[in-house]
Amino acid sequence: MEITLQQAGFAFLAAVILVFSVMTVTTKRILRAATYLLFVLFATAGIYFQLNYSFLGAVQLLIYAGGIIVLYVFSILLTSSDAEKKEPLRNRRIVPGLVASLAGGALCLFLLLTHSFAPTVSADCEVDMHTIGHTLMGTGKYQYLLPFEAISVLLLACIVGGLLIARKRK
Amino acid sequence: MEIQMEYYLILGAVMFFAGVYGFITRRNLIAVLISIELILNAVDINFAVFNRYLFPAQLEGFFFTLFAIAIAAAETAVAIAIIINIYRNLHNIEVKNLDELKD
Repeated sequence: MEITLQQAGFAFLAAVILVFSVMTVTTKRILRAATYLLFVLFATAGIYFQLNYSFLGAVQLLIYAGGIIVLYVFSILLTSSDAEKKEPLRNRRIVPGLVASLAGGALCLFLLLTHSFAPTVSADCEVDMHTIGHTLMGTGKYQYLLPFEAISVLLLACIVGGLLIARKRK
Repeated sequence: MEIQMEYYLILGAVMFFAGVYGFITRRNLIAVLISIELILNAVDINFAVFNRYLFPAQLEGFFFTLFAIAIAAAETAVAIAIIINIYRNLHNIEVKNLDELKD
């Protein structure tokens, strides 16, 4: 069986995502969890690139890997009283966690593997920026100017709210 | 497009339930938030994959992912502001210490 470059790339990205997403939730040190999350986000951007959604991959790299992870590292360094402190997990929380995730995962995988999806259409073309821009800025059906504006207002509200919550009270 | 769609969905499912496990077992507030990021990211992958494989002519999943990423950024910013405020008041961000509202 011939293994194409695309399959090899997907196998690599999938292995990175599987290993590091499990390590993110099992590691004892919080700064390492943030670093593993960064690897997962990079691999997710790779998945988007592989699906020919380059714009989505770029957004993922910019906002998640570039912005949110930096925010996490800053807040970890600001809030850890002695750095790299271990956080022990109590046994009574591990059991319900394992039960919930394994049961949910088993149910999801069962449904995924038994359901037959509609035949997949192969359209291997890149979505061009012209289409993305017009869809984002149009007001017609299947166009998204209103959510775009709502999110810009939401971001403004988050800036103001974040400053208000985190400011020093005299 | 020779990769089966199910492989992507399995990937998303495993990532989602790793996030669920972390959400339940973690005791540090920032670690809980990191688990939430994993969950959101898994859902984003699923949106993009469904869009690409089932409805390649449309862009709904694409834009849903885009807006979900933006909202996740906003949510993280506010949550971290709250966590820093909690740390300033309690000098500690363990979940078990945050029971003031309960009593």
